[in-house]
Amino acid sequence: MIATESLSKRFPRVTALDRLSVDIGPGVTGLVGANGAGKSTLIKILLGLSPASEGRARVLGLDVATEGAAIRERVGYMPEHDCLPPDVSATEFVVHMARMSGLPPTAARERTADTLRHVGLYEERYRPIGGYSTGMKQRVKLAQALVHDPQLVFLDEPTNGLDPVGRDEMLGLIRRIHTDFGISVLVTSHLLGELERTCDHVVVVDGGKLLRSSSTTDFTQTTTTLAIEVTDSDEHPDGTRAVREALHARGVDTHAEGAGLPGAGHILLLTAAGEETYDLVRDVVADLGLGLVRMEQRRHHISEVFTGSDEQRKEAVGHGG
Amino acid sequence: MAVEHPPAGPGTLGTSRGDQSRIHDIGYRGYDGPRLGRAYARRSLYSQSLRGAYGLGRSVKSKVLPMLLFAVMCVPAAIMVAVAVATKAHELPLAHAYTRYAIVTQAVISLYVAAQAPQAVSRDLRFKTVPLYFSRPIETADYVRAKFASLASALLILTGAPLLVMYVGSLLAKMGFAHQSEEFAQGLVSVALLSLLFAGIGLVIAAVTPRRGFGIAAVIAVLTISYGAVSTLQAIADAQGSAGAVPWIGLFSPVTLIDGVQSAFFGGRSSFPGGVGPSHGEGAVYVLVVLGLIAACYALLIRRYKKVGL
Ligand SMILES: Nc1ncnc2c1ncn2[C@@H]1O[C@H](COP(=O)(O)OP(=O)(O)OP(=O)(O)O)[C@@H](O)[C@H]1O
Ligand SMILES: [Mg+2]
Repeated sequence: MIATESLSKRFPRVTALDRLSVDIGPGVTGLVGANGAGKSTLIKILLGLSPASEGRARVLGLDVATEGAAIRERVGYMPEHDCLPPDVSATEFVVHMARMSGLPPTAARERTADTLRHVGLYEERYRPIGGYSTGMKQRVKLAQALVHDPQLVFLDEPTNGLDPVGRDEMLGLIRRIHTDFGISVLVTSHLLGELERTCDHVVVVDGGKLLRSSSTTDFTQTTTTLAIEVTDSDEHPDGTRAVREALHARGVDTHAEGAGLPGAGHILLLTAAGEETYDLVRDVVADLGLGLVRMEQRRHHISEVFTGSDEQRKEAVGHGG
Repeated sequence: MAVEHPPAGPGTLGTSRGDQSRIHDIGYRGYDGPRLGRAYARRSLYSQSLRGAYGLGRSVKSKVLPMLLFAVMCVPAAIMVAVAVATKAHELPLAHAYTRYAIVTQAVISLYVAAQAPQAVSRDLRFKTVPLYFSRPIETADYVRAKFASLASALLILTGAPLLVMYVGSLLAKMGFAHQSEEFAQGLVSVALLSLLFAGIGLVIAAVTPRRGFGIAAVIAVLTISYGAVSTLQAIADAQGSAGAVPWIGLFSPVTLIDGVQSAFFGGRSSFPGGVGPSHGEGAVYVLVVLGLIAACYALLIRRYKKVGL
């Protein structure tokens, strides 16, 4: 979908992108980075609106330097800043933007009605945008990016300014853009945590440099940890220990949570290899005649992947967790 | 979710959510229809902006001023026609009415430009809508051309309508067809030039001032106040016996520029001191300056929007 080759963008005083090479496939991709990391700059280059100082980039197989117009016909863009006139209704505005994308008048109206419904705007779409809440405005911004049914959308900080509920709804919507609408997504955020649930792939940039590019399943599946806690019984006064030994006997390693701390040792942690692990634990506990108090996934956050000392990044990690 | 619906009453909230999640389940449909590209987008932007210049498709409030000014432009023309018909005159009451009309009503035209140029461009800048245009296939030049053409067309309607009223009226009053047609055509040529020039100047000023109030004041200053200043200077020069300077001073205000072009080539009274316009040679300079200014305004607008980018 997107491929960059040692892409650089230098402004007189700062280097916004520094020899960035990434390959991004279909699906939902998160572009994560602190403020000033170069996320918006990358999107502008990918839209063919700002020439790169160095390097090359292709979007949907088209060269950003020479085929910008063709790219912009096939992609949608939701800017990070406000971009809505307050004195027109969402419907009027999105219809106009659909026509600016080349949709004939009737199609523009139909697609607008559909798209606004899909992003969750209903009767309020006939009211002037000026009276909308931040959440509704973000939906209108999203709708104008989707109205021409692009193959790919760039969403620049779509969760900006939303409360936790609004944020979750927006993330759900972003997920649906790919699963239900079949449109690939490149979404930026400075919060690592929120992209973990939403994205198939995460690209992390810092100071214009690529820090990491990997699929979220890569680092969540391999590190899925199962936490289990069992009851004790007369037969097994230390149920935890009994389970641990039984699991060891079947070749599964466990370790105790918070080892060394008082009261610790009641929770066993083990690495889940897949469905079988769950079945195994269930069977072992049942065989011993113990009760399973809890069995839960301890998904590692993407944030744990980073061990940066950069203050800003830590802050972002904190938000994400 | 309640935050999403501030104005909705608490009673309706529950039910509307229920309905909405049901509607949500209608599947997504893609779009395989035609994508009409840049030229179509430019035309759409042109017609939307042209309608907007008269407040059509916008709030009642935004219709008031442009419609009022349109009426103010047409009423005197209608009155002249009525007077001519009633007195069975062979000429319209105003000599060289078709070319003089825009000069006499210049204050109304300037007011219209001052109100509508910011409306056409400042809004997109102030609300940062411009990046949304340029994230689509249309480019800077498409946007600028559509906006320029729409304001110029709106001005042509404003200045051409009264000429049409006079022309139709004069034909109904059985004034000389050939003579009236010739003057009407001349009038149309000069209001077309005026429309392009005023639109260009108005848009350039409006495009550098996202604050609407400033835009309005600056346009009025450049169009109307410059006319007053230039006319005063011309009168002083004429009174002090340096009549030779008069046509050159006239180059410094948009209204006198148009006045100079039409009085040099279409004859008729000028608003210059003594009623004498520039000579043919001087008139040629006027034409060049007018065309140069129109081109310069276009180039400045392109430059301005290249910078806005995203
Ligand atoms: N037009 C410009 N001129 C000069 N410097 C710029 C320009 N645009 C961006 N920059 C600089 O480039 C760097 C990257 O900016 P960019 O907007 O891409 O960051 P970002 O990752 O989107 O940050 P944020 O999370 O704040 O949106 C910043 O240091 C910024 O100051
Ligand atoms: Mg940004």
